[in-house]
Parts: sequence; structure tokens; C-alpha cells
Amino acid sequence: MTTALVPARHYLNDGYGIKSWLLTRDHKRIALLYLAGVTFFFFIGGAFAVLIRLELATPVGDLVSDETYNKLFTMHGVMMVFFFLIPAIPSVLGNFLVPIMIGAKDLAFPKLNLASWYIYMLGAAFTTYAIVTGGLDTGWTFYTPFSTVASTSAVIPAALGIFITGFSSILTGLNFIVTIHRMRAPGMTWFRLPLFIWSHYATSLIMVLGTPVLAITILLVAAERVFHFGFFDPAVGGDPVLFQHLFWFYSHPAVYIMILPAMGVISELIAAFCRKPVYGYPFVAFASLAIAVLGFLVWAHHMFVAGISVYAAMIFSILSFLVAIPSAVKVFNWTATMYKGSVSWQTPMLYAIGFIGLFTIGGLTGLFLAAVGLDIHVTDTYFIVAHFHYIMVGGTIMAYLGGLHYWWPKISGRLYNEWLAKVSALVIFVGFNLTFFPQFILGYLGMPRRYHAYPPEFQVLNVLSSAGASILGVGYLLPMMYLTWSLRYGRLASANPWGAVGLEWNTTSPPPTANFAEPPEVTWEAYDYGSPAVVEHV
Amino acid sequence: MSDIHAHPALAHHFDSLEEQKEAATLGMWVFLVTEVLFFGGIFATYAIYRSWYPEAFAAASHELDVTLGTINTAVLITSSLTMALAVHAAQLGRRTKVMVFLVLTMALGGVFLGIKGVEYYHKFTEHLIPGPGFQFEKEHLRHAQIFFSLYFMMTGLHALHMIIGFGIMLVMLWWAWRGTITKEYYSPIEISGLYWHFVDIVWIFLFPLLYLIGRHAH
Amino acid sequence: MAEHIVPTRVYYTIFAILMLCTYLTVRIAFFDLGPLNVVAALTIAVLKATLVVLFFMHVKYSTKLTWAVVLGSVFWLGILLALTMSDYLTRAWRTYG
Ligand SMILES: [Cu+2]
Repeated sequence: MTTALVPARHYLNDGYGIKSWLLTRDHKRIALLYLAGVTFFFFIGGAFAVLIRLELATPVGDLVSDETYNKLFTMHGVMMVFFFLIPAIPSVLGNFLVPIMIGAKDLAFPKLNLASWYIYMLGAAFTTYAIVTGGLDTGWTFYTPFSTVASTSAVIPAALGIFITGFSSILTGLNFIVTIHRMRAPGMTWFRLPLFIWSHYATSLIMVLGTPVLAITILLVAAERVFHFGFFDPAVGGDPVLFQHLFWFYSHPAVYIMILPAMGVISELIAAFCRKPVYGYPFVAFASLAIAVLGFLVWAHHMFVAGISVYAAMIFSILSFLVAIPSAVKVFNWTATMYKGSVSWQTPMLYAIGFIGLFTIGGLTGLFLAAVGLDIHVTDTYFIVAHFHYIMVGGTIMAYLGGLHYWWPKISGRLYNEWLAKVSALVIFVGFNLTFFPQFILGYLGMPRRYHAYPPEFQVLNVLSSAGASILGVGYLLPMMYLTWSLRYGRLASANPWGAVGLEWNTTSPPPTANFAEPPEVTWEAYDYGSPAVVEHV
Repeated sequence: MSDIHAHPALAHHFDSLEEQKEAATLGMWVFLVTEVLFFGGIFATYAIYRSWYPEAFAAASHELDVTLGTINTAVLITSSLTMALAVHAAQLGRRTKVMVFLVLTMALGGVFLGIKGVEYYHKFTEHLIPGPGFQFEKEHLRHAQIFFSLYFMMTGLHALHMIIGFGIMLVMLWWAWRGTITKEYYSPIEISGLYWHFVDIVWIFLFPLLYLIGRHAH
Repeated sequence: MAEHIVPTRVYYTIFAILMLCTYLTVRIAFFDLGPLNVVAALTIAVLKATLVVLFFMHVKYSTKLTWAVVLGSVFWLGILLALTMSDYLTRAWRTYG
């Protein structure tokens, strides 16, 4: 509080005008470009969700036709998965924080970083084009042979959009890996890194190892659809299940692209709001790597009923159970960190608690699905839908919002309205559970996914779900409004409004373009809340 | 922060050229990992269908020209040699030699693509393009299409990588010519070389897998 | 990575071995070795690739990190091939379909 709150020069006033943003190489500005992009596509994807829930409020398919409904859930899935969930945390929070947290001036390849944003936007443009020119009805999974020989919707532009966006993901991962290896500040050893960095490192590995397989798979689909090549088409002896193998080789690990960075955010939030180092730091760090590796060994649990070999199914089932171990290690260690910590219940911490609860439910129901017998019972029912929304929405989006609130003062230099923020967090939590918990029951009772009509006995639970969705929608609009409002009217933030440790709090809010006035030298351990040298900073 | 003695090629966020070079090299290696997995997807596809339809694959492979395939393999390996020599010359700061070897590498790459074009043309005239116009002995008509789909996809993607490599070499040639590449700063040539060698390695696998199946049978 | 300059004779030697291997792999393909044909072809290809990686791409003289990256890519390729194959090789035994 002794120094002036806002530095005279920082990355936000270092150049004005549209060009200074669209041609920037500053990772912080690129993070904000991504923030604009993912927020926009989140609300596009959300609009489709609104229509889906409206249709499902009544048992008869009265609002939209069955074919339109196919397009609605497809485009909801495509937009949310590829253009929001996968880039959200790494490209926005990761982009902003990875260099600062390790004490670097920028990512290793700033131009590549900017290029990856343009690639993302180009891919999004293709997919948006597919949406406005008739839409896509294959489901976000593009299963063959429907996608290659039967569907009459805009498969090619949509697939091309995803193919292109994949490269933005690859380049972000590549940039993070090189940056974390080569650009750490003096004294910033691997085991002094914040867990946010470990989880982004693990995420980057998945991006780099998995995404190219999706890329080639999309090319094979495109070649089969456009040139009548034979890769998956049974007419020439191809195996449609092979498509599923290749697709899920990427798309199962992609779930970890969504959830690992979220876990990194949660580790930061828990430490900051319990004023303690994360319990069992090395275990949490290695659990990230373990999840990244094990995540590649389980993909066929999406294919138990697709006609794969029983023996392969058994192997994939066992391996799927293994992923639960590092995930449980994390949940255990976060809980242990909170134990006897001086917990302060500010907005980011509310999101962190919400994450732990919802992720645990999502993870445990995932174990149901890893068991072959139970999986066959609930395959393609609302049980699956509920399960992955608990992971992706309850997990990833909770952590994303928690992180956005936690680092908002750093990003914007402003404080948001704490009371409104707390209310919104609560609204989101209630709305989320009301939306998706009934879907577990619906699925268990046998309601299949991807139909626009259903038997009347499922209506009560569906109405609950639709009601929850409208609450959830309000919950998502609120932060959008008060965070934007705070940009102009919010109180000025100090360099370290939470009294947290970590290099990002050792620089001004907002940080200068080069991130630090002096290149930092790290002499303390991660989350060193006890040490006088660190408390002095606070 | 940038002191006046800093090398013109040193970017603002690195402390030294050495650090910058290590980052660039690691970046290229990580990129090559993505390439391995990219081609890995189609190699997996190949492995499955070859194990399912060995006879059709052998019959279809016989339609490929071993002589041209072998010549192209030799051409590509030679281009890898000239590439390695270009990097070597760059390490020693021999500008003319760098340019000569780069031109040789590009020339050999051009020869490879030319031969590939001739082969494609033959396949086109022999109605071996998969799809409705595909013609083949009745017994293997369906499965041979999978082979040729793989053939065109694999060699096509490989050729695309060659063309990109050709473009990279053009840039390197220009940089060498205008003096950007020096004894102190040759990492662009070195990492371009990594890419070129990788494309060579892909062909090293494609050649026996596509051209040399069941050759003894006839 | 630090300025290791490989003498050109190493490059020429590797080049000669690669050419010899190419000749061998073509010759072997014309003999009927049964299933060993594909084994021979792949063994020679792996050998050639290894030589290119080690010498032309300087991995032999590189840091442990580079080695890790190279081996990591091979390992993940192995996961993709092996686990996919685990389905195809055992599918004939029994499926749920
Ligand atoms: Cu999965």
C-alpha cells in the first residue's frame, strides 16, 4: 500500500489502437485476445444448449425437428469442446501466467503464440461457416461411416475448422514446453515451480502428442468423403471402428487437456486461500504427469459397445481404473491442504470448493463407466451426458471462472464486486447441479441421449434440468457483466490483493510489458507461506 | 536491457544466442514429435488393413514401380547427405558452400517430386485412383482400393512435407545469401535440417511398406 | 549441442551405409522368406532411421533432453500402434457384437 497502486507503464497502456493488439507479441495481450475469442464461442455454444433444454422441457418433439435437434447438440458439442473447453484455461490463463510464474519475459516463441491465436480464429471461422450454411449433424465425434458417406450436412468445413484449430493447440503446447524447459528464472528449479506450471506442462505434452492424431484422422475422413478414398467405409472392406480408435486416441486425452489445467488452477487457489503450501507437493506434481501418460492408455472405454474385442475391452477397462489413482491423489492432497488451514472464503475459493465437489462426483461416475458391464448398461444414455458435464462444466468451467476471478486484479488492475461475485458463484453451483444431477437419474432409468422426444414419465426430471439450465445461464452472464464493469469502475488493485505468494504477485497489477521491473531471482520454495522473506513481500 | 553488443539476431526475451538456439532446437524437436504422431495415425491404419488383407496389398503393391521407388529412395538419402553437409558448412561459416549444398538439396528434392509426379500420372492412366473409376482384378477390387487410398494419402502427405521443406530451403538460401547465417548464428539452417531429415525418415518407412510387399511372388 | 562439429567423413560413411541398406532391402524383398520378409524390411528401415537420427540429426551428440524427446515420440507411437492392435489381433476371438 506504500507504493502507487497503478504503475505508470504497464502492458495495457503500452501502445493503443487496434494494431497494437492485433499485431502484439506480448503473451499477456495474446491471452486477452484469446479471452475475447473463447468467451464469444462459449456464448455461441451456450445458445445451442439453451435451445436443446427448451426442446427437452416437453416430451414431444415440438420446438425443433429431429434433424434440427441433431444439429443443435452437434454444434453445441463442437463449439464447446474445440473452441471453448480445450483452449480456455491454457490459452487464456496459461498464456498470461506461464511466463510470469516462471520469471520469464515472454514465451519462447512470441510470434508463434500470436500465430496460434490467428489459427484458432481461422478454424473458428470455418466451423462458424459450417454452422451458418446448414449446420452439422454428425455429433461432435464425427463417427464414420455416417460422416463420410451418409451425412448431407456441412461436414467438410466443420472438420476443416477443427483440423486448423488443432494446430493452434499444438503450437501453444509446443511453446509452453520449450518455455518451461528453457526460460525459467535463475533459482526457479523444477520443484519450486507452482503446480499450475506442472499441470500446464502435462497438458502441453497431451496437446503435442494427441492433437496430431486427430489431425490425420480428420484428413482421412475428408479424403473418404470428398475423393471417395477408402479408409473406414465397409463398402471397400474398411472398418468404421478404426475411426473411433484414432478419434479417441486424441479425444480421451483431450478431456485431460481440459481438466489438467483446471487442476493447476485449483492448486493455486487452495494454497492462496488456505495460506499453506499444497500438501504433498511432489505427489501433486507427478500426478499431473501420471494423468498425462495414463490418459493415453484408456481411449477404448468409449467403444465398449462398438464391436471391439472383449479382451481389448478388458485391458482398456483396467487401465481406465488406473487414472483414478493420480486424480484421487490430487483431491486428497487439496483436502489435506485445507485441513487446519486458515481458509478465507473469497470468490475464487468458492469456485475451488465447487470444483472439488463436482469433479469428485464426475470422477466417481467415471469409474462406473470404466467398468465394462455397467458401461454397457448406461452407454448412450443421459448418465454419460451427466458424467462428462460434471467433469467439463463442473470441473473445467468452475476452475476457469475461479482462476479468472483470482487473477483478474492482476490481469486488469481492478477489483470486481466481491458480493456480486460470491452470489454468482453460488448461482452457478446451484444451477449446475439442478441441470445435471437429474440427468444421472434419467440416464440410469434409461433415457437415451441425442433424441428430441422422450416418454412422458421422464418429464419431471427434464423440467428440473431445463430450469437448472436457465439458472446456470444467469450465473454465467453475471460475471461477464460485473467483470466488464470492473474494467472501468472497479477499485484499483494492489500488486498483491490476496496476500498470496508466487512470482505473479511480485510484480505490479497490471504487470509491465517485460513482466518485471528487474529480472527476478528465486530463492524461496513454492507456496512458502511460512517464511519471513516471503511474508515481507506481502 | 539490450546492450549495444547484442547480436542482431538475438530476440529481446532471451539472454544469449546460445539460450535462443537451444530453445529453437527444442522447439523443432517437439514439432517433430507431433509429426511422428501425425504420420503414426496413418501408419496404424496401414498396419491394420495390411494384416487384414495381405493378398490384396501384395497384388496392389505390384502395380507400383520398384525401380522408380528405389531411385527416389536413393535421391532422398542423397539429399539428406547434402543437407547435413550444408549444416556442416554453416557451422564453419562457409557461406558459398552452404549455398551450394542448399541448392543441391533442393535440386534433389525437385527430382524426387518430379519422379513422384510421373508415378502419380501412371496410376492415373491405369485407373488406380480409388473411387468409382477404380479398376483392378475382380478378386481384390475392394481391398486394393484401401491400399491405393493409403498409398496416395501417405505419399501425398509426404510430398506435401517435401514441398514445405523446399520452401524452407528457399528461405535459408536467401538468408545465407544476404549474410544472416553466420558461424555464430546458424541455428535456422540446423533446425531446417532436422525437418528435412525427418521427411527423409518417413520415406525410409514408406518405401518398403508400399513398394516391396510380396515381390517374390511374381 | 554445444558446437559439436562432426567431421564430414562421418556423414559420407553413414550415407554409404544407408545406400547399402536400400540395396539390401530391395534385394531381400525378392526372396520368399515368408513372414520374415516384413520383419527384414522393417528392421532395415528402423536401422536406417536410427542412423539418420543419430548422425545426420546429431542426436548422438545432443543433450539428454533431446534423447528424451526422441524416445518419447517412439514410445507414444508404440502406444498408438500396440493398443490399437490389441483390439484387432484379439477381435476374431470374441466381441460383444
Ligand atoms: Cu474417456
